[in-house]
Amino acid sequence: LIYCYRKPKTKRAKRFLEKREPKLKENTKNAMLIKGGNANLTVTDVLKDIYAVKKPFAVLYKKKNITRPFEDQTSLEFFSKKSDCSLFMFGSHNKKRPNNLIIGRMFDYHVLDMIELGIEKFVSLKDVKNSKCPEGTKPMLIFAGDMFDVNEEYRRLKSLLIDFFRGPSVPNIRLAGLEYVLHFTAVDGKIYMRSYKVLLKKSGCKIPRIELEEMGPSLDLVMRRTHLASDDHYKQSLKQPKALKPKKKKNISHDVFGTTYGRIHMQKQDLAKLQTRKMKGLRKRPAEKSAEDGGVSPKKSKSS
Amino acid sequence: MAAVRVEEVLSAAEEQEAEKRRSVVVEKELELEFDLGNLLALDRNPPPAAALRGAGPRREALLRALARDNTQLLVAQLWELPAERAGGAGGPLVARLPEPTFRLPREKPPPRPRPPTRWEQFARLKGIRPRKKTSLVWDEQAKEWRRRWGYKRAGGDPARAWLAEVPANADPEEDQFARLRREKRERVARNELNRLRNLARAHRAGTTVPAAPLHPTGHQSREELGHVARVARVSTASLGRFQPRLPKESAEPPSRSGGRKRRFEPLLGNLAAERSRQLEMLRDMGSKKPVLDITRAVNKQLRQEEAEAAAAKGKKKQSQRGKRGRRQQRVGRSGKKSG
Repeated sequence: LIYCYRKPKTKRAKRFLEKREPKLKENTKNAMLIKGGNANLTVTDVLKDIYAVKKPFAVLYKKKNITRPFEDQTSLEFFSKKSDCSLFMFGSHNKKRPNNLIIGRMFDYHVLDMIELGIEKFVSLKDVKNSKCPEGTKPMLIFAGDMFDVNEEYRRLKSLLIDFFRGPSVPNIRLAGLEYVLHFTAVDGKIYMRSYKVLLKKSGCKIPRIELEEMGPSLDLVMRRTHLASDDHYKQSLKQPKALKPKKKKNISHDVFGTTYGRIHMQKQDLAKLQTRKMKGLRKRPAEKSAEDGGVSPKKSKSS
Repeated sequence: MAAVRVEEVLSAAEEQEAEKRRSVVVEKELELEFDLGNLLALDRNPPPAAALRGAGPRREALLRALARDNTQLLVAQLWELPAERAGGAGGPLVARLPEPTFRLPREKPPPRPRPPTRWEQFARLKGIRPRKKTSLVWDEQAKEWRRRWGYKRAGGDPARAWLAEVPANADPEEDQFARLRREKRERVARNELNRLRNLARAHRAGTTVPAAPLHPTGHQSREELGHVARVARVSTASLGRFQPRLPKESAEPPSRSGGRKRRFEPLLGNLAAERSRQLEMLRDMGSKKPVLDITRAVNKQLRQEEAEAAAAKGKKKQSQRGKRGRRQQRVGRSGKKSG
């Protein structure tokens, strides 16, 4: 809207454009799930399950799109611009790369990071005959394994997965509603993704005991190719505007015991003219007042 | 006696099992890192690789145990947060989440603060603050509250005004209705012009970032690219003389003044010319009428006309092409766009 070639003519169009323009506090990232020209059943099922997990912040494209993300990114960027999605997942299958899944994200409608993963084993939502949690639940994310810190590509993958599955950013959560957990383990060059439904059981103390029930999609992944953004490009995308930084409140300090201290700066006060509480008994009597005045008549007589 | 002891042992074992089932304590080598704003937990402990290499069900059980432990720790952290009952006493227990600490890249670059428009500058100078207007206005004629503008506005539809008074100082032959229509058109055009001027000012102010490098995501303009290419060429030890070049690029490195040369008169030489120049300058300074440099004025006018013609041509082309034209410009690259 800031630099529109043509002004929107209706309020609805204006709201549409305002939703898509860059903002201080951004919208939840949408994901687009695309099938490649040669997607097979496994890959299609994976995309459908991820769509179920990420609803309503995902778009599942029904038709196959014949593109190769690693060679040409213009098609993906066009889709991202049209549907305002900054995360994407592209599934394909061929002899050289069977059951391929490319997961990536965009910055300013241009591809930032892309990581290609191979699906070795997949258990779908409908294969696991347990109760599911409601759609749109914010999942808890757990990453296990030292590979996620040591290896640079795994670190970017971790950041990508958090971005992908994070869901909307909320200020409060209902503690009883923590039902869904996604657990990623990096072991032996493989990444195991498991989803569990959380059951909170009674325990002796306030904190409940957790029991997990297998639910939802579980994937065994292998990292294949990567297309990561250069360091300065990545740093630029991380930059947050200064207005979002929490403002430091000056003149407030806390001590070890949790007491809050504040400093007030006062102007110089004339203690003689200080307004204190009026004590009726201590008020000056008229006789005393006249004695102080030194004989100057308090009342003026009327001159005729 | 043996029976009693066996019973005791069994009950003790059962109690221990129950305790373990209800315990919320988890032992870990390295502490986990938590980002409660994102409901995130990071476990740095190396998982038992040998055990996980095994067959299916055993691996699943191990993964589930690991997940259970980690989830227990995360939930313990979440329960430590300050919680309150939302919606009164009977409502659900709601915890207040802190800000997320894990740095994730943004979706779009942060918005640039736009410079204030001419009106905003003036208002700030004078201290004028926006006054809140009521959405409905009392219409005396219709005796009801009507909206301020739009459909069924107070004061009637201006297009259907059947009376236009001739003001005292106007030509009696002039068509008042035409005058009103013309003035409205002029007002609309002036408004649009000012809006575009404000936009252009904001855009210009936004792009004059001095030593910033080229934007990496492909939003460079042609001039910017040319400028940066020129600077890059000259930034070598030999000032661009031995750089590999394109077939049609010139062998000379681009000069800093960009092709313009300034010539100066020699310092000592023609005394008479210098004297006449100084006297002329004094005369111009002292004269009451402003001096007009014909050449400069004509050049300025020509340049302005050229710029206007170029702008008009550009606008005409854009409006002619319309939506189809703009779309056609993009289709060339990738073939079918389905989805």
